[in-house]
Amino acid sequence: MLDIEDLHVKIGDREVLHDINLHIGEGETHVLMGPNGSGKTTLLRTIMGFAGLEVTRGTIRFKGKDITRLPIHERAQLGMGMQFQRPPTIAGLKLGKLLQVTSGGNSEAVSDTATFLHMDAFLERAINQGFSGGEIKRSEVLQLMIQKPDFVMLDEPESGVDLENISLIGNAIAKLLDKDVHIVNRRKSGLVITHTGYILDYLDADFGHVMCDGVFRCHGNPREILKVIKTSGYKECLACQKI
Amino acid sequence: MSENIDQMLDLSEKDQERLAQTGLEVDLKNRSGSFFQVDQEIKQVASLEKGIEVLAISEALKKYDWLEEYSWKLVPKDKDQYTRYVAEQPEQNGFVVIARRGSRSVYPLQACLFLARGNVQHVHNIVIAEEGAELHIISGCASASYTKTGSHLGVTEFYIGKDARVTSTMIHNWGEEISVFPRSASVVEENGVFLSNYVCMQPVRKIQMSPVAHLKGKNSVARFSSIVVSTPGSAMDLGSVAHLSAEGASAELLTRAITTGGSIVSRGMIEGQVRSTRGHIECKGLILKDGVIHAIPEIKGDVVDTELSHEAAVGKIARDEIEYLMSRGLSEDEATATIIRGFLDVKIAGLPDVLQKQIDAAIDAAEKSGF
Repeated sequence: MLDIEDLHVKIGDREVLHDINLHIGEGETHVLMGPNGSGKTTLLRTIMGFAGLEVTRGTIRFKGKDITRLPIHERAQLGMGMQFQRPPTIAGLKLGKLLQVTSGGNSEAVSDTATFLHMDAFLERAINQGFSGGEIKRSEVLQLMIQKPDFVMLDEPESGVDLENISLIGNAIAKLLDKDVHIVNRRKSGLVITHTGYILDYLDADFGHVMCDGVFRCHGNPREILKVIKTSGYKECLACQKI
Repeated sequence: MSENIDQMLDLSEKDQERLAQTGLEVDLKNRSGSFFQVDQEIKQVASLEKGIEVLAISEALKKYDWLEEYSWKLVPKDKDQYTRYVAEQPEQNGFVVIARRGSRSVYPLQACLFLARGNVQHVHNIVIAEEGAELHIISGCASASYTKTGSHLGVTEFYIGKDARVTSTMIHNWGEEISVFPRSASVVEENGVFLSNYVCMQPVRKIQMSPVAHLKGKNSVARFSSIVVSTPGSAMDLGSVAHLSAEGASAELLTRAITTGGSIVSRGMIEGQVRSTRGHIECKGLILKDGVIHAIPEIKGDVVDTELSHEAAVGKIARDEIEYLMSRGLSEDEATATIIRGFLDVKIAGLPDVLQKQIDAAIDAAEKSGF
């Protein structure tokens, strides 16, 4: 699904991602961990194609196609989607109006999905305007459920979400990632940034990666990695010379 | 081509379309009354609902002596060269609308001022809503597709009685060489509500206006909303003024302005003259292509316990907003258009659906032709 090779990324004059190699197969869910400011969000934004991030070396291939220089919307149209940790507020633009566009006018799907995520009342409100942390997450997941990407990137889907909503969001994300489909037939893939790992209770992640200072320091079983981080912090990852 | 226009249906299809864009129903469906003036000729005056009377001003002044008390009282004849010009005309044109005590119009009343042959069109209108009356007016002002030059001078005086509610929605569709100088003022009595909406999404050479609301009655309310796009060569100087002179009075002035190369001066002035009054000015401007948006909000408080505020912002569409929508699969142009549509999407509280739809349609038409 996604193949990243030897990726180097600069913001301004500073290289922030170094020699990133990542392979995500069809049906796989990968978890990305790492301390604040280590470059996790930058990696997601680079994969999506945002401005201000310059790929100086390497390639990003998606479904076999080199997308390294492709504009954002073409990547989205190829089947990529992203949940933002801090999405912008768009004054005046109603969430429902955007969903009407992205669903291709399928009001029924919009309304059913909004109901599932308890977002009915938000369809008539401007996107993210005055939304609480949990509401922003639900709005993001709602937009993705309408978009139906084959490859989903999630940036801390559980942060700022109360316990009641975490199961709602967790189950919705599981759906997004085809977790209700038998593993043999599962087609959707994901890359999930998490600090707490709570979201892993809803998604069985296949692989984990630890990023520190813009490089991968570890690859392995996500639960094992999380256990180490929880007990010893990221210094253990820095000291570990596994890769 | 313009020789025999006796009703809106006599206009060419193209011009009917231009009128439809200003919210007018050429066949008068769903209207409580209608007034149609082409240049200086009044073509149609129709009262279609009980309690609401529509008259040509010359007829009205003959029919009702008391109307003199309302004529040129809110807008002084010598306010400026334009009002003087209108006042000096031997024959007054324009309309008078009287909504009788307690009448409630289900449908809006439409007034169409159409400029066909390039010269000066002048009108003097008086709108009176008696105690408890509810009246909705939509004025569509347009020029013929073949009319390239001309001026429109319009004086309108609104009297909103006790507990009355008046909405006035004006949608303009002029030509590139047409200059427009509306001069209007209103007085709002106790518990009265006056909503004034202005939409101009099409080219015009020059438009200059600054309607004034005198909030004289206790708990009276005035809300002015303007949604405008200034195209290259268009110069718009738009403002509104509210004087809060009774306890509990409140005013809100709201503007959404876009320039694609033209200039917009957006003025707003609220004066809190007595205690327990409130006012707010909000002006948001988007500069899509080099043009000018000059926001001049003014607030003046004369006493303790008047609460006045303003917020103004002028800028471009934020890159992160465009990219956010692109990540949902919209192209850059689609994302931009979607954000602009949202920017202009102002829902005016208290406005009947049918009129909100007309405003939305005017914005849709501009969206289709590209910002």
